[in-house]
Amino acid sequence: MEKTVNQRAWLLVLPVLVLVAFSSIIPMMTVVNYSFQDSFGENIFFWVGLEWYQELLRSERLWDALGRQLLFSFIILMIEIPLGILVALSMPKKGLSASVCLVLMSLPLLIPYNVVGTIWQVFGRADIGLLGRTLSDLGISYNYSQNAFDAWVTVIIMDVWHWTSLVALLAYAGLSSIPKAYYQAAMIDQASRWNVFRYIELPKMRGVLMIAILLRFMDSFMIYTEPFVLTGGGPGNATTFLSIDLVKMALGQFDLGPAAAFSLMYFLVILLISYVFYTVMITIDKDEAKQ
Amino acid sequence: MEWMAWTLPTAIFFLSIGAMLIGMGLLHVKYPSTPRVGVLGIETMRGDRLFISLLGSAFINLAWIGLLDAPQYGALIVCALFAIFVFRWV
Repeated sequence: MEKTVNQRAWLLVLPVLVLVAFSSIIPMMTVVNYSFQDSFGENIFFWVGLEWYQELLRSERLWDALGRQLLFSFIILMIEIPLGILVALSMPKKGLSASVCLVLMSLPLLIPYNVVGTIWQVFGRADIGLLGRTLSDLGISYNYSQNAFDAWVTVIIMDVWHWTSLVALLAYAGLSSIPKAYYQAAMIDQASRWNVFRYIELPKMRGVLMIAILLRFMDSFMIYTEPFVLTGGGPGNATTFLSIDLVKMALGQFDLGPAAAFSLMYFLVILLISYVFYTVMITIDKDEAKQ
Repeated sequence: MEWMAWTLPTAIFFLSIGAMLIGMGLLHVKYPSTPRVGVLGIETMRGDRLFISLLGSAFINLAWIGLLDAPQYGALIVCALFAIFVFRWV
């Protein structure tokens, strides 16, 4: 029997297209338009061609911020992914303690970004903060507002504190979906704990871990509020990540043209990385379906 | 629409992208695309190859602006060659 092809179902996608057009496509088109023009306000624009792109691509400012951003994302992924897996493996599998653990793990995720920044701003202060004061009393020099290394350490620990539980919860979900038969087979084979993790748990968690890596990478790559509240991008430009630099340019200096060009390049990098992750995830899903 | 600061070059750019998407959509209705695995080792449809071509072209243009002082139409020629490569071998 010949299969019926009915393309009219595509019309059902129209409402989503309209929503996406107003929330993303039209603003994006406006940003593209701005990126080729200069403005002194009052909706008056002057065509400048590729000037903003040339200026930005040849300036150290963009590359420094991109370097800091990539370094930050790399460090937090290196910490949060293994730590999240470790936490998930240590969590109880059933009973009341499992529920309590899940609730506790969810708590940091419920705190708004600016509150997280404020908590750590106070926590790290050498005069009144628990962390800062304790370190000072121990004779350890620590000042996140004046020392770039201290600022970086604080921003990283803050992010790890805020988001490791997301990785742990995703890994826990992956672990919970492994059928008991796999563990029973491993027990019969007298597999070591490491081998159980390496050959059963890790492959079975691959899908959720890819999602965790994607989510954490994208979120860390776009981080703004927490470091802005904590350090304001300082000391100097030490913690000025891409989004902080972009906001300084767009709202602080009101350079709409360069900021628009900056946004588009930022967007393209995110789009590229998302596409790579998405493709990898789809490939993994297809491989798993074939098995 | 004044707030969107439209210019002729950007309008032509978006119309071209729109025309490509509509064209590919119509082409898919008339001649449905089948997935294939190319040099990247990933399964792609015709739409995927268009997306890769456009995204790659954006980076080629940025690299051209950042690294060379040559006229921008040179980048367009490279982009066209890149798109041909993607549609043929990816």
